[in-house]
Amino acid sequence: MKVLIVGVGGALARMVALKLREAGHAVIGLDRRPWWDAPRDIQVHEVDIRKRAAEDVFRRERPDCVVHMATVNALSASGEERARINIAGTRAVFDHSVAHGVKHVVVVGRHTYYGASADSPLYHTENEPPSGIGNFPELADLVAADLYAANMLWREPSITTTVLRLVYTLGPSKTGTLSSFLRGKRVPMVFGFDPLFQFLEEDDAARGITLAVDKRPRGIFNVCGPMAVPLSTIARETGRTVIPIPEPILVQMLGRFGFPKLPKGALEHIKFPIVVDGSAYRAATGFVHATSEVEALRRYRRISPV
Amino acid sequence: MARDEAVRDLVERLELPFNSLGIDPYGISKKHLAVFFGVLGFMYRRYFRVKAAGVANVPGRGRAMLVGNHSGGYALDGAMVITSMLLEMDPPRLAQGMTEKFINMLPVGSTWSSRCGQLTGLPEHAERLLMDDRLLMVFPEGARGTAKLYKDRHSLVDFGTGFMRLALKTKSPIVPLGFIGGGEAVPTIMNSSTLGKLMGVPYVPITAYGIAAPLPAKLVVHFGKPLVFSGTGDEEDSVIIGYVDEVKARIAELMDAARADRDGSTS
Repeated sequence: MKVLIVGVGGALARMVALKLREAGHAVIGLDRRPWWDAPRDIQVHEVDIRKRAAEDVFRRERPDCVVHMATVNALSASGEERARINIAGTRAVFDHSVAHGVKHVVVVGRHTYYGASADSPLYHTENEPPSGIGNFPELADLVAADLYAANMLWREPSITTTVLRLVYTLGPSKTGTLSSFLRGKRVPMVFGFDPLFQFLEEDDAARGITLAVDKRPRGIFNVCGPMAVPLSTIARETGRTVIPIPEPILVQMLGRFGFPKLPKGALEHIKFPIVVDGSAYRAATGFVHATSEVEALRRYRRISPV
Repeated sequence: MARDEAVRDLVERLELPFNSLGIDPYGISKKHLAVFFGVLGFMYRRYFRVKAAGVANVPGRGRAMLVGNHSGGYALDGAMVITSMLLEMDPPRLAQGMTEKFINMLPVGSTWSSRCGQLTGLPEHAERLLMDDRLLMVFPEGARGTAKLYKDRHSLVDFGTGFMRLALKTKSPIVPLGFIGGGEAVPTIMNSSTLGKLMGVPYVPITAYGIAAPLPAKLVVHFGKPLVFSGTGDEEDSVIIGYVDEVKARIAELMDAARADRDGSTS
């Protein structure tokens, strides 16, 4: 099967590409970022999905399946640019897929869709609406991209659409929200709060995504692996030191003293948990993680010492 | 009578799916439980000298709902019922209450309630815990129950009906309990919502001696035989209210029994 990976420049997307290639699929990539050391048989088209040239890739290559991994969060892009990438990019993926006979589109989204707040339940199921936009408006475009992809389930029944809501990842690439948070020796936390975090080891996450390509489940699925762990435990087990800072002071410190400049709503994500129920995806694809939460943390401590 | 076994050992004997870091899938932590029950165990054994009768009525395993009256200006009753399940059951069980949302918004309160398995009172949480065969603790009087004044301490206010629909839907037995003495421990003469606003809580109970620190009153809790109702949870209100009234009447009887027990005992 010919699989096009949109956003192949990302670390996790590359792992997905390599796994699909290993499984015997013909893999092509598309990203505005280069992939210098891509295997010879994975052709990477260096174009922006929103540009005209991207459609030419769909027209020429005629992929059977498209895996859309070209979305960004508030940490990596800001404001209108982020909205353009997430919303216009997702729209372009579907427009081109419809126009050029793609049979299956996998959209890899995030579990942060559900939002973090004091009264949101542990273990979100796919039936729940997004509830975090109120306190974290910067999530809105990711939520919109997710909902746009999801409504293709009824608008374009000729295409099998799989919308994945993937938990945080942790692994050798040292990229992603959780890794950014664990970058330094000291991990700032909001005093008196210690939310559960759910993550997949990168290899498991990549395998979880490739299963969607193989099994072609139709619908919206949470993808998670081992059980959630408190943030302080993640920090400690990876050899970091937790620095609890009262919220009013932490707010003032953002963007100063080496702290990342985060939107205020992002603090909700280190105060309250976002934990998802992945049983529907397990039932649809048989996905089971190979690396436990304890082993993933131990490995991360080794590969990312401080 | 509560066993003298060390709280830490009892926590070790809880039949919950802890991982090797001592954390369960709801974020309950053995380390936090040991500290939590260390404090509550002292209060239970020495300060309030809690007497629990009928503990054998609580199923040793499998889903069940502990349903009782509120007694005392804050969650003293819940804390002691949870403690009784650890100290008096064999093997010990962790009862999981449904906390008010504001607790999860408070620094420290958020972490400790989560790590000790006391999740925010959401229908989703209650249902999931029961489906996971946990022991759920519910006070259908809600916050109106803890706000009872000293003079009303032996009364029951209106019961919500959500717990009954949930019990029917999840096919969970209801273990009724009557709790006595909280009104004497925290003899509320009024509730101040102004102070509450300042502290980020719904209200602060005021006692004749000012602050609402609990007095060492004798606390007694009686657990009744499990009540099993059959249905789907989708019944007409009139049916549900009938069932709720049955539970309420049973709780009132257990409160009377607990009162007689306390007033007849000298300890």
